[in-house]
Amino acid sequence: MGYVAIKGGGRAIAGAEAAVEALRCAEGEQGTPLSLSAIEQQLRLLTSRVVSEGGLYHPRLAALAIKQMQGDTLEAAFALRAYRSTKPRLMDLPVQDTRRMRLIRRISSAFKDIPGGQMLGPTTDYALRLMRLDLANESAEDFRAVSRRFLDGVGDADLPDTFPKVVDALREEGLLPPLTRRAHAAFDITRDPLVFPVPRSAALATMARAETGSLLAIAYSNMRGYGDVHPTIAELRVGYVPVMLPHPVTGEPIEAGEVLMTECEVVAMYEGDTTEGPLTFTLGYGACFGHNEVKAISMAILDRALQKGMRDGPANPSEDPEFVLLHVDGVDSMGFTSHYKMPHYVTFQSDMDRLRTTQDKATTAQPQPEGAQA
Amino acid sequence: MNPGYELPLDEAGYSFGFLDEYAKREVRRTILKAISIPGYQTPYASREMPMGRGFGTGGLQVTLSLIGEGDTLKVIDQGADDSVNAVNLRHFVELTCPGVDTTERTAEATLIQSRHRIPETPLTEQQVLVLQVPYPDPLVVVEPSEARRKVMHGEGDYSRLLTKLYEDIVQFDEITISHRYPTRINGHYVIDPSPIPRYDVPQLHQNRALVLLGAGREKKIYAVPPYTRAEPLAFDDVPFRTEDFGDEHGQRRACKRCGATDSFLDELIDDDGHKHWQCSDSDYCNSRLTAQSATSAQGATAQEVNA
Repeated sequence: MGYVAIKGGGRAIAGAEAAVEALRCAEGEQGTPLSLSAIEQQLRLLTSRVVSEGGLYHPRLAALAIKQMQGDTLEAAFALRAYRSTKPRLMDLPVQDTRRMRLIRRISSAFKDIPGGQMLGPTTDYALRLMRLDLANESAEDFRAVSRRFLDGVGDADLPDTFPKVVDALREEGLLPPLTRRAHAAFDITRDPLVFPVPRSAALATMARAETGSLLAIAYSNMRGYGDVHPTIAELRVGYVPVMLPHPVTGEPIEAGEVLMTECEVVAMYEGDTTEGPLTFTLGYGACFGHNEVKAISMAILDRALQKGMRDGPANPSEDPEFVLLHVDGVDSMGFTSHYKMPHYVTFQSDMDRLRTTQDKATTAQPQPEGAQA
Repeated sequence: MNPGYELPLDEAGYSFGFLDEYAKREVRRTILKAISIPGYQTPYASREMPMGRGFGTGGLQVTLSLIGEGDTLKVIDQGADDSVNAVNLRHFVELTCPGVDTTERTAEATLIQSRHRIPETPLTEQQVLVLQVPYPDPLVVVEPSEARRKVMHGEGDYSRLLTKLYEDIVQFDEITISHRYPTRINGHYVIDPSPIPRYDVPQLHQNRALVLLGAGREKKIYAVPPYTRAEPLAFDDVPFRTEDFGDEHGQRRACKRCGATDSFLDELIDDDGHKHWQCSDSDYCNSRLTAQSATSAQGATAQEVNA
């Protein structure tokens, strides 16, 4: 019996689930199910994006989420986050040193020669965006040959274990302010809500797991003129950071694993006055899980913009901590956007009541047109 | 990449209530604070739930932190137990909270999670009502900055909100806020009572049940404790008014199904284009129908006996 239109919700949900699953497997007999390692390796930038926005470094689980969500990055990151909610936090991580990152790529747009040298690594920055039609029907043999050729040409790794940071050199020259070690621990956004004003570490953590596109859009607004960061990339590096944890018995730091990360430091023009010490350039910092350069650069620019906003008060959206930090989370923004698809019968009934009442009042209040008088 | 990764397949079984125990403890502490300061939006580190932000993740975290074996849960959305989202949330609780019973009867529930409605049947001291909240702050319509709003709440400065109501009267001769009507709790904090219609707001006043409001995306929990004052903002000469269900002759419309003239009604348009009205609260409507058929059956039996 049809009570209201929404009756039968349980059956409808089950049906929707089956339809989604059917589309995933729509290739039928001709189809090959995606393997998780194929997603993790061949769609490595997609996987990167999902571990970063999901705030959980687990590429294999991210690959599963991508498969399950049929390539939707927002949904895949969301699934990782929800999985994370079931896990307790076991310890505070000591500060990790990205100087020890095992680099796959490192550039500076500030200096031609940087200590340790520039290393272009895997980038498509200078590739022509022409369609490579040969990939359309790539055979397994072609696929393996690429890997074989590349590995044949590579000698034994003679890379040093650590690379000095470009910003360290700038600091030594007095072009950047000296590092001051903060006594208090970093803000943990997974255990404390943002209550404004928030410390810089809260802003950095929020942006590190922000949705790439949202971060990019707000950073771009700053670059275009709603702000004035004018950044120079002092250093952008991509590589594997060894994760050092204290040994449970001895307390000595041991390497527990490694995480692929992208890190970016931008230097911006000096500002302020000379009463607070010598003038220096200012620094913006960005870092995220996985290989995602646009995200790390956007974050670094916004970090610099937010520092200005926190100090002088925001002059535009990208300098306003509330505006930036409360609107860049993909799980929040995507969820709330989707929720408008849910029934809103009651509130709409209430809206209609207000409109009808106001309409009635407006009609009665209007003076009758002269011709209408009998 | 690390080739040795194994999927945590052995961890597929979730713990009771999905959230880890530390998270549940944090939510319970937040709830205690919220009850102690009626109407105050208590911040907490809201967790991501496996359904979308805006689908009741705030209410769900409150529910999952409070629920235990022996509890009976009712979940409604738009007043109905069978609405897609209510079904989904109920199913999730059944999945992750073994030993918890669910019901569609308001009177049988110990815990009721609801979106957009307060049940018509008066609640009791033994019940907790959890409302899902999209926007926890009534001041958001006059002040976008959360930091500034926090100061305004602390100082009890609601002048801009009252000015908005006044401007409505000047412009439209009517307060145009339809739902989420700003309501002052215990004489100080003004809350957004969640998108319940104005019709439900008087129910908050001196309610016998504990009312908890959870905003997951905005990371706030607030409470209207039992027997607490809840007064919708109004003026001495312009009283607060609930939705009008009068027809063109001023007659109160009745539910087409159960005949109730004392419930919030959904406006429906049938295939022929005719409008009719039905109770929004499905349990209230069904209970009335059951009672009516029982009475008429009794009546019939009585007649047979007399004959």
